[in-house]
Amino acid sequence: MDFNHTEERRMLADSLRRTLERGADWAKLAELGVLGALFTEDEGGFGGSGFDLAVIYEELGRAGCTLPVLEAGLAGGLLADCGQSDLVEQIIAGELRTTLAYAEPGLRYDLGPITTSVNSGAVSGRKTVVGGADTADLLVVSALQDGALGFHGVDPKGPGVTLHTTPSLDGGMVSEVTLDAAPATPYGGTQAQLEQRLAAATLAVCADALGTMDTAKAMTLDYLRTRTQFGVPIGKFQALQHRMADVAIEIEMARSAVINLAGNLHAEARERDRHASAAKNLVGRTAHLVAEEAIQMHGGIAMTEEYALAPISRRLIAAGHRFGDEDWHLERFIRLSA
Amino acid sequence: MDLNYTDEERAFQDEVRRFMKDNVPADAAAKIAAGKSLGKADMDLWHSRLNDKGWLAGAWPKAFGGQEWSAVQKHIFEEETAFHNAPRIVPFGVGMLAPVLQAFGSKEQQDYYLPRILSGEDWWCQGYSEPGAGSDLASLKTRAVRDGDHFIVNGQKTWTTLGQYANKIFCLVRTDPAAKQQQGISFLLIDMDTPGIEVRPIILIDGVHEVNEVWFTDVKVPVENLVGEENKGWTYAKYLLTHERTGIAGVGFANAGLASLKRIARTELHHGRPLIEDPLFAARLARIEIDLMAMATTNLRVVAGADAGAAPGAESSMLKVKGSIIRQQINDLARRAVGPWAVPFVSEDMDETNLYHPGPDYAAKASNTYLNNRKISIYGGSNEVQRGIITKAILGL
Repeated sequence: MDFNHTEERRMLADSLRRTLERGADWAKLAELGVLGALFTEDEGGFGGSGFDLAVIYEELGRAGCTLPVLEAGLAGGLLADCGQSDLVEQIIAGELRTTLAYAEPGLRYDLGPITTSVNSGAVSGRKTVVGGADTADLLVVSALQDGALGFHGVDPKGPGVTLHTTPSLDGGMVSEVTLDAAPATPYGGTQAQLEQRLAAATLAVCADALGTMDTAKAMTLDYLRTRTQFGVPIGKFQALQHRMADVAIEIEMARSAVINLAGNLHAEARERDRHASAAKNLVGRTAHLVAEEAIQMHGGIAMTEEYALAPISRRLIAAGHRFGDEDWHLERFIRLSA
Repeated sequence: MDLNYTDEERAFQDEVRRFMKDNVPADAAAKIAAGKSLGKADMDLWHSRLNDKGWLAGAWPKAFGGQEWSAVQKHIFEEETAFHNAPRIVPFGVGMLAPVLQAFGSKEQQDYYLPRILSGEDWWCQGYSEPGAGSDLASLKTRAVRDGDHFIVNGQKTWTTLGQYANKIFCLVRTDPAAKQQQGISFLLIDMDTPGIEVRPIILIDGVHEVNEVWFTDVKVPVENLVGEENKGWTYAKYLLTHERTGIAGVGFANAGLASLKRIARTELHHGRPLIEDPLFAARLARIEIDLMAMATTNLRVVAGADAGAAPGAESSMLKVKGSIIRQQINDLARRAVGPWAVPFVSEDMDETNLYHPGPDYAAKASNTYLNNRKISIYGGSNEVQRGIITKAILGL
């Protein structure tokens, strides 16, 4: 048993943390090997395990990075599954930005039944809450062809594609994507591959939330130590001390849940998804607690956009709405545990 | 024990309902139902309609042109306000300053200011909190120094709600820095047009401009704008804080929020069926509704006690704590209910561009409202401060 990350992962995490503190762009992340670490050696990268993903996304969350790395990993992973090694190579080099458009309105967090379909090489349908579509060079779109699910490459700036883009609660951008006979390149792919990659994306959101929680905790502790009311730092009040202790306990539980999922990311599907749902449910509860407690213990200042906690709390709340919420995963956990 | 309103109270409720039905402006109600901010014009219009009916001053004593509503009547009015998505009466003039002037103001102040509050000529805002004086309000530092016929005011106030619309501000200022904290504070009425006052917007976490900072630099305030006696301001401030407590539980808002949440849950689909049929969601919803039913009665018990002459002191702290938690849980569940639609985050005041939310109307503000209402367990004495009051005043610990 060993709960330490390998030397390589620690080094990557450290250099990623330092780079993000200085402010990183897409090219910088590629140069640092962050994008390569999302893929296995077979896929052309040098990582791809649950723990590689966990350390990277934890740092991205800690820094509040809003670049669509998760989207690149999700879409890129499916491209790798479909044997598109040239595209994967470009993704790792930071030359190709891509995102997966799979969710459809009205399905809530379910993967299907989808209605987007392909006819004579053109895809039509509507995809919802697609992260990073506004900056993507390539959309990977899930669609039905003769009733079978597959993935298709679509140029987001090409004919038949309309994006309606808004800011996202997590600090990035999300788009509604309307496809009206948009020319599409078929890549193949299966439902099982989608589910494997979504489990990895679920791990990504959980690890991101974990890093974000660490930041929220650090800011709140700092505030408790420095904010003076009634002549003492408010951290001297036992009522707040105990709540902060609970926050610290719950964050460690979340860390363990992320480790459980990372270690089981490549287990057989049922066991993998059981861990994914356990982690997402627990991290969802914890992220919610940490966001609300951080705001409450700060008081009014945390309600302002100007104070750095605002995007952090929003990111924690947003985590609950990505790849299934607490209840969706609770339901799935019960089903998979039966 | 009788859980029902008296015949008179029911008759009053009917009258309020009829009035609301006929008079609540449809566009303001639509904004409130959708969780959007009201403009000044929306609030002014509603005030003037209420004033025509004599209800803007419903809670005021008859001697000042009011209706002298009982605590139960005030409760009924607030409940119907929320139920009909009517604008809330902007409390700063009508509900906060007016009772202080009626109790402690000079005849001249009463004659001058009270009619202007009702007519809408004056829009008041509240200058209480400071960056260093939040929960610990008595540590406030804004200074007022007597100079002949004037006070010279220097300092900074914050969380000034709707200060961007105000032409007047009532302020707690320190007039005797040598006295014990609570004893050196005075209550001043200040014209926002006075040179040396600057209002700066604070954008909140949901992207909305609702509160402000107000800065005072050598602001000259005539001595006749002092309310009551110099250095007695803390007494008046406390009076103000304990005066308007019937609405503190927010039961009306919670009822309206719960009704709206149920509409969302009947429309949103979960595995192709209405979300409200999902046992996990239904359980969350039911727990809140059960709490709210008990909250409504807890609130009425305190309200009825106040009518019978009991002072609603520390009990109102219980209402504030539990009432705020229930309202926040409703907002939380509404955000959960809209599912992925909570992610697109569009805010009126944050972006210059005309961004519209891509989801259904009921989803557009779910995240914003959830975030904005984190404030209700913080403002007006945070829930931690309220629990401290309960600990001391009720439990005797």
